Amino acid sequence: MEKTTLFDKIWDAHVVKSVPAGPDVFFIDKHFIHEVTSPVAFLNLEKRGIGVKYPHRTIATPDHNVPTVDQDQTIKDKLSRMQVEKLRHNCAKYGIELHDLGSAHHGIVHVIGPELGVTQPGMTIVCGDSHTSTHGAFGAIAFGIGTSEVEMVLATQCIMQSKPKKMRISVEGELGNGVTSKDIILYIISKISAAGATGYFVEYAGSAIRSLSMEARMTICNMSIEMGARGGLIAPDETTFEFLKGKQYAPKGEEWDQAVAHWKTLKTDEGAVFDKELTFDASDIEPMITYGTNPGMGIKVKDSIPTTEGMEGSNKKSYLKSLDYMGFQPGEPIKGKQVDYVFVGSCTNGRIEDIRAVAQFVKGRKKADNITAWIVPGSREVEKLAHEEGLVKILEEAGFELRQPGCSACLAMNDDKIPSGKYAVSTSNRNFEGRQGPGARTMLASPLTVAAVAVTGRITDPREVFDN
Amino acid sequence: MAYDKFTILTSTAVPLPTENVDTDQIIPARFLKATEREGFGDNLFRDWRYDVEGNPKKDFVLNDPTYTGKILVAGKNFGSGSSREHAVWALYDYGFRCVVSSFFADIFKNNCLNIGVLPVTVSPEFADKLLSAIEENPNTQIEVNLPKQKITLLSTGDSESFDINDYKKANMQNGFDDIDYLLNMSLEIDAFVETR
Repeated sequence: MEKTTLFDKIWDAHVVKSVPAGPDVFFIDKHFIHEVTSPVAFLNLEKRGIGVKYPHRTIATPDHNVPTVDQDQTIKDKLSRMQVEKLRHNCAKYGIELHDLGSAHHGIVHVIGPELGVTQPGMTIVCGDSHTSTHGAFGAIAFGIGTSEVEMVLATQCIMQSKPKKMRISVEGELGNGVTSKDIILYIISKISAAGATGYFVEYAGSAIRSLSMEARMTICNMSIEMGARGGLIAPDETTFEFLKGKQYAPKGEEWDQAVAHWKTLKTDEGAVFDKELTFDASDIEPMITYGTNPGMGIKVKDSIPTTEGMEGSNKKSYLKSLDYMGFQPGEPIKGKQVDYVFVGSCTNGRIEDIRAVAQFVKGRKKADNITAWIVPGSREVEKLAHEEGLVKILEEAGFELRQPGCSACLAMNDDKIPSGKYAVSTSNRNFEGRQGPGARTMLASPLTVAAVAVTGRITDPREVFDN
Repeated sequence: MAYDKFTILTSTAVPLPTENVDTDQIIPARFLKATEREGFGDNLFRDWRYDVEGNPKKDFVLNDPTYTGKILVAGKNFGSGSSREHAVWALYDYGFRCVVSSFFADIFKNNCLNIGVLPVTVSPEFADKLLSAIEENPNTQIEVNLPKQKITLLSTGDSESFDINDYKKANMQNGFDDIDYLLNMSLEIDAFVETR
């Protein structure tokens, strides 16, 4: 029998038809929608006079533009309010399940999908959001799409897709103390660049990946898009099944056993061939931070910002433009730089495990005076657990401000903006110019590093604070 | 929705050689709050084009009347980051019908094809050639010939062929979109669902 990859197995099982010299008609099991990239899709359905083909395969929540305070009140920003109201209207009209503001499972779409057990191994999942790759942590093919494609899924449950190439990235060995899955992915992207996996779908493998919790795996798959990959996935295993068991939408009883039996077959055959294979040594990975304006511009916290040696032309120009925006010089150390804001949250690191890590670190400590510290749970469920576990109390005593769930300062569509020129160390996924507000200077790092920065007020290696 | 047909486009071009231009630069998130597809061109490259008071920044290429045209010649890894189709809506609304680069981000490229903005991938050498020619003479005409899959610098006759799959090519030439195709497949999709 032909040796195939996990990606092939799932992809091929979802091809309705292959168009000659064209893309595949690709069937989508689950579709997530939010308020920002769906309204025009619904509008176009109306213009065409067609409806939603399989409404039970779509799940909605408002997350991108929602305020993170006073969510029980009417949204003050008129345009944001209109988008959220449009989402409510469209969900009611077409019979789509909506997890609205204030409801038990409201939150960032990529946090609530797994939390509800909607996300399952072997599925195809799309959403009008590039971080849909998060769901790949469960052994699903999950990726972001544009609004035209949102419309296609609503209308037909299919999109037209050309099959990407396959890449396997293995991380072997044991991670050191203070090194998290965020450091793994920032390390990988720094090695292969922000475009290094464009055209590929990535499978993450190796002992270091296998040892990770589901939350940690989600962080890695989430940032696949930041190296240009369409998505990333990890073969399901006992960790996956354990996480899903008992979740609201997970199969129950006999169906559960059947599902697990099937999920156990979802792995890459030994000897299957990838278009590209990369292997990294876990022991070389240390706490990471970005210094520039794309996620590929990352270094170990202990290292210096690269010089322009070997760069020329538009490459050098783009590099210097980026450093100029950040207010940094080539060749200078990043450690010790003063910081103004820390942000813990987003679909990358806004899950309960992330909040626990930060709380454990700052327990009995206080944030530095120069730091404004925001912590934004990824969902109501995360918020509830954080209260129940006493984490909120610890964080508030340390001087953190806990806000309500949403995408928040990750993309600053709401009022959670970092002021122009200020430095923020964030657990989110993008350090693009203006991403956290016009003129804001973002550095990406793990929740542990962010906690260390909050306490010291400066770029700090978390391992140095542990020791004290 | 179905869009304008694209066959042969001859135009001057706007150069933007910066690398890794992400979709947050093409249209910042705070301008994504519309519920209709209108007016995005005004906010194209908003924070590179205007200062905080809303005054045009002189050094940005879209504010330089020397450079105009329906073609954007961009740097490597154009359109990375967010899947927001609004980025392509903004380019289209502003008047661009074709983007040329030596390397495009995947989702952005798909979004372009779905909207009717032709993404043309050229070699880094040809991209440099285009950029130098435009710099030397901003009135340089470039021809993008979709039926022949060929891009030509008309002043010198230098040309290069580009890839596009037959299905997408036919769609662009006829102004069809994927939904037209998928809606016609309704019965096959139903049959597929039955087997699952």
